[in-house]
Amino acid sequence: MNLKPETFARIDEVITHYPVKRSATLPLLHLIQEDVGFISDEAIEWIAAKLELQPINVYEVVTFYPMFRRKPIGRRHVKVCRTLSCALNGGYKVCDRFKEEFKTELGQVSPDGEVTVEFVECLASCGTGPVVMIDDDLHENVTEQKVTELSAKIRAEAKK
Amino acid sequence: MPEQRRIIFKHIDEPGYTNDIACYLRNGGYEVLKKAVQRKPEELIDEVKKSGLRGRGGAGFPCGVKWGLVDRKSGKPIYLIVNADESEPGTFKDRYIIHQDPHQLIEGIMISCFANNVKQAYIYIRGEFPIGARILEKAIQEARDNNFVGQNILGTGYSCDIFVHRGAGAYICGEETGLIESLEGKRANPRIKPPYFPAVLGLYQCPTIVNNVETLCHVKHIAEVGGEAYSKIGTPGNTGTRIYCVSGHVKRPGYYEFECGKVTMGQLLNEVCGGPRDGRTFKAVIPGGSSAKILKFGERYKGKRKIGADMVDYDWGVEDVPMDFDCLAMIGTMGGSGGVIVMDDSVNMVEALANINAFYSHESCGQCTPCREGSLWMKKITTRMVHGDAREADAALLKGVADQIPGRTICAFGEACSWPTQSFIAKFGDEFKNYHLTKKQEKAPGALELV
Repeated sequence: MNLKPETFARIDEVITHYPVKRSATLPLLHLIQEDVGFISDEAIEWIAAKLELQPINVYEVVTFYPMFRRKPIGRRHVKVCRTLSCALNGGYKVCDRFKEEFKTELGQVSPDGEVTVEFVECLASCGTGPVVMIDDDLHENVTEQKVTELSAKIRAEAKK
Repeated sequence: MPEQRRIIFKHIDEPGYTNDIACYLRNGGYEVLKKAVQRKPEELIDEVKKSGLRGRGGAGFPCGVKWGLVDRKSGKPIYLIVNADESEPGTFKDRYIIHQDPHQLIEGIMISCFANNVKQAYIYIRGEFPIGARILEKAIQEARDNNFVGQNILGTGYSCDIFVHRGAGAYICGEETGLIESLEGKRANPRIKPPYFPAVLGLYQCPTIVNNVETLCHVKHIAEVGGEAYSKIGTPGNTGTRIYCVSGHVKRPGYYEFECGKVTMGQLLNEVCGGPRDGRTFKAVIPGGSSAKILKFGERYKGKRKIGADMVDYDWGVEDVPMDFDCLAMIGTMGGSGGVIVMDDSVNMVEALANINAFYSHESCGQCTPCREGSLWMKKITTRMVHGDAREADAALLKGVADQIPGRTICAFGEACSWPTQSFIAKFGDEFKNYHLTKKQEKAPGALELV
């Protein structure tokens, strides 16, 4: 498994947090996804060996939790909240605008490789909906105008 | 306007208040823990029992009773899990506690751990809060460096550590036994209870307490003022303060903390949140997170309620209902997680339900057939309705499916996914009944889109 040295170090550390190794399954998946971008077959087998499990034990976890991905995404991950409070304030329009900006469809890598736009369920910021998470950062009260600005920012950062 | 009483949210949004330990200590932080560890653990449990604190996660189960159920004779370690997987649509209080005042939570956790002889606590935080997880990890390290967490805490010989564990986007991890399965590294399939509750066989088959973030923050304040004094806040049976998270169609959505039951729905929505948007009127409100049964403005709720020793008649409109667990239960809904979702007259209720059904069908863990199939079936019906393909029998079919789910599943998700459908049809049946006659039309510019 080809990972950054600091990822290996954090993996070894996180396993010590639990009296039963299997508990480290989710943390390891997060760490590897943050490092590599997605969860490959190799990663599943590597985690299983590391935690003394069968690959199926890890695979069933990967397929259960929506945040784990089996294939790469664009350089930036745009997650638009789909749930009621955000929808009441225009979440669907916000999502459509992002799709238009990057000429892409939900869950696909945009043709420029820049983003993957996804609808996600509740981001727990209902009072400031519609909300969008771009990678780890939350953007609140997002309007169509703000989508244009955020998209321009994403493009500008890509060129650097 | 009713006065807020900010206990948990005292410092949230306060200018200059930061989430590092220096700021927390300047504001009297960890003083309660220092005193608590000098007391007997049983005394602290008693204080929590006396306080009447009810869990703020949704079910409103008394916290002291939950702690009292813990099997202390098994000889196995006792675990505390902080349920920071707040995923109920409409609820967002944890975000602000974790981001802005993490040490308040950590102090509450440590007092609770000491009271219950817990040596290891886990904070199970939603996967969607990566920054929140980092803030908590930093705060725990600061607390370790100051000997509030870790080995030989404050020289008492008591040791206890806290670790942060991130979820990965599954709502069902908020259900305590699903959460435990997830923490054990498995799919979050809830466990059957009874017979075995987490207090007896929880994490790694050891006695386990699972408490909500807000609940544990309250424990800190109970330890500070004493159970007796705390029980005077709020109303009998609904003690303490409550954070209401208001979202949707009000002028000032946000989080507001009041004494439990001391504010009515009307005061909250009209005075505190500024009322409906200009030119609109309120149509419906979901008072306790999206799974709570919906209330219709203009309807009246009548019955008898106990006040002291007397039975008193009540006749309430939605605006008159005091916002506490019991009053909301009396009118057929629940206080739940405190997430109040407001809809005005621009909302098509079939679309709103279709949105909610999409959520619950996505989030069913799939373990029980009625929930897995039923939630998806309800979603399919409401989706085809809003797409102009409704059938004449759809309203009745929808109700029929919803009625078959509750009480037939391992966990309360069955209820959570069927209550919206049951209550939407009960309250707004007219909008559902003749939907097959409404063919798909082009939406007017600016019309809401919920599906």
